[in-house]
Amino acid sequence: MSHRACVAAKERVSDPGRLRRELRALLADRSRDASVLERLCTGAVSALPVDGAAISVTADTAGQGYSGASDPASAHLNDLQFALGEGPCWDATRHGHPVLVGDLTGPAGRRWPMFTPAVLAAGFQGIFAFPLQIGAIRLGALDLVRARPGSLEGDALADALIVVDVAALTVIDAAAGDLRGPAGLPLGVGPDAFGMYRAEIHQATGMVMAQLGVSAQEALVRLRAYAYAAGRTPDEVARDIVGRRLRLDGDLPG
Amino acid sequence: MDQEQQLSEAFVALADSLVADYDVADLLRRLADHCVTLLDVAAAGLLLADQRGSLQVVAASSETSRLLELFQLQHDQGPCLDCYHTGTAVTVPDVDLAARRWPIFTAETRAAGYRSVHALPMRLRDEVIGTLNLFGTRPGRLDDADARIGQALADVATIAILQERAIRHQEMLAEQLQHALTSRVVIEQAKGVLAERGSLDMDQAFNRLRRHARNTNTRLTDLARGIVDGTVDSTAVLTSHRRRQPPPPSIRGSAR
Repeated sequence: MSHRACVAAKERVSDPGRLRRELRALLADRSRDASVLERLCTGAVSALPVDGAAISVTADTAGQGYSGASDPASAHLNDLQFALGEGPCWDATRHGHPVLVGDLTGPAGRRWPMFTPAVLAAGFQGIFAFPLQIGAIRLGALDLVRARPGSLEGDALADALIVVDVAALTVIDAAAGDLRGPAGLPLGVGPDAFGMYRAEIHQATGMVMAQLGVSAQEALVRLRAYAYAAGRTPDEVARDIVGRRLRLDGDLPG
Repeated sequence: MDQEQQLSEAFVALADSLVADYDVADLLRRLADHCVTLLDVAAAGLLLADQRGSLQVVAASSETSRLLELFQLQHDQGPCLDCYHTGTAVTVPDVDLAARRWPIFTAETRAAGYRSVHALPMRLRDEVIGTLNLFGTRPGRLDDADARIGQALADVATIAILQERAIRHQEMLAEQLQHALTSRVVIEQAKGVLAERGSLDMDQAFNRLRRHARNTNTRLTDLARGIVDGTVDSTAVLTSHRRRQPPPPSIRGSAR
């Protein structure tokens, strides 16, 4: 219940800054025996008008997949999509945009002849899948399920998209933390630690790719690891890279 | 070409694209270019609501950092944010007079060499999905004709982004807005790769990207994704040559 209290937000107007802070606090709280992805899913269920959440990461820097869910039913539905090879999670990842189906009993549910009946049988009528992606970097997907039908819109959608952003950067930062050794990363260094809005961060990702001969995902991991190690925000570091005042050829600072 | 002829050619070209299998990022860039050609403005950009409470730039008539920064600034303040919230056009004939309202935006606009700013809403029925932002180098309003053409271009942008002819519900709107926003991020990443490999600035990198997309008849976003994924050789993109302009149709010279 403590996590529900932490993200008690169902009736308020969307406040992106506050939701980001709450999710960050949830991620930093290591007192519970739950993985980062599980905590994020629990936070999503508390903050959003949904009944279950699952995150599947299709590739980390080691090339392995992993996942987390708010509860066993959501975890099962997530696994089922992979077993069946169909479902909104697949479509969201393939097309690179959210797949939002407020009522699976309607025509939209027919897209997945095997998966839809399984979701309905599990007691859920709405499913909302979001790709975890940063441009061409594809990290996985977030699935949200809801017992009652109804679309996800307005503030609820805004909040869901913020959870998606935080989830994507959490996956990146988990890898960035690995670069810093087993102690991991102090999540949420600055107020804009989760900001990915500036063009420079994406331009800098491309430049670091070319500088180091690494993938886009690896480049962003390195950029963020560098920023944390230097005690600066990723945006500041990105600006220096684009301005050609900094190259990431060398070692991490400090 | 006089303005009327340019105008009809622009809209014919846009209509042609909209019935074909077009790339949203490429079409929006052409729209921004048309704004600069057709209207009495020096720069144009399209900003899209990201549905998290901010406006994101998705296309601009130039990729210079200075101009992109002016669009980015309007997360927090500026005519686009006001236009987005009110759903009506916001015109700033002389940015100096708006210094108290938007101090940072005014200073940056002046530093970039612009004096007047206009923001036109991109509307879908009663919802604003983004704004068209225009910058002029001289103080002044858009005249009535320019304001109407600008709004028509903003409407075409709305149609281009919402690729389904009828957006039946909010869910489809969300899917397509997020798709357009992601396209832009992929292009930024590809610009970075090209800028580093070819020692180019971001504007030059974008132009190489666009030129190669045209030469190879590839969608801009697909090409950008290929560069970032490593499935497209960026050397080929960097060395892609400008196509020769086709000779003008002889009928123009010889017809009486």
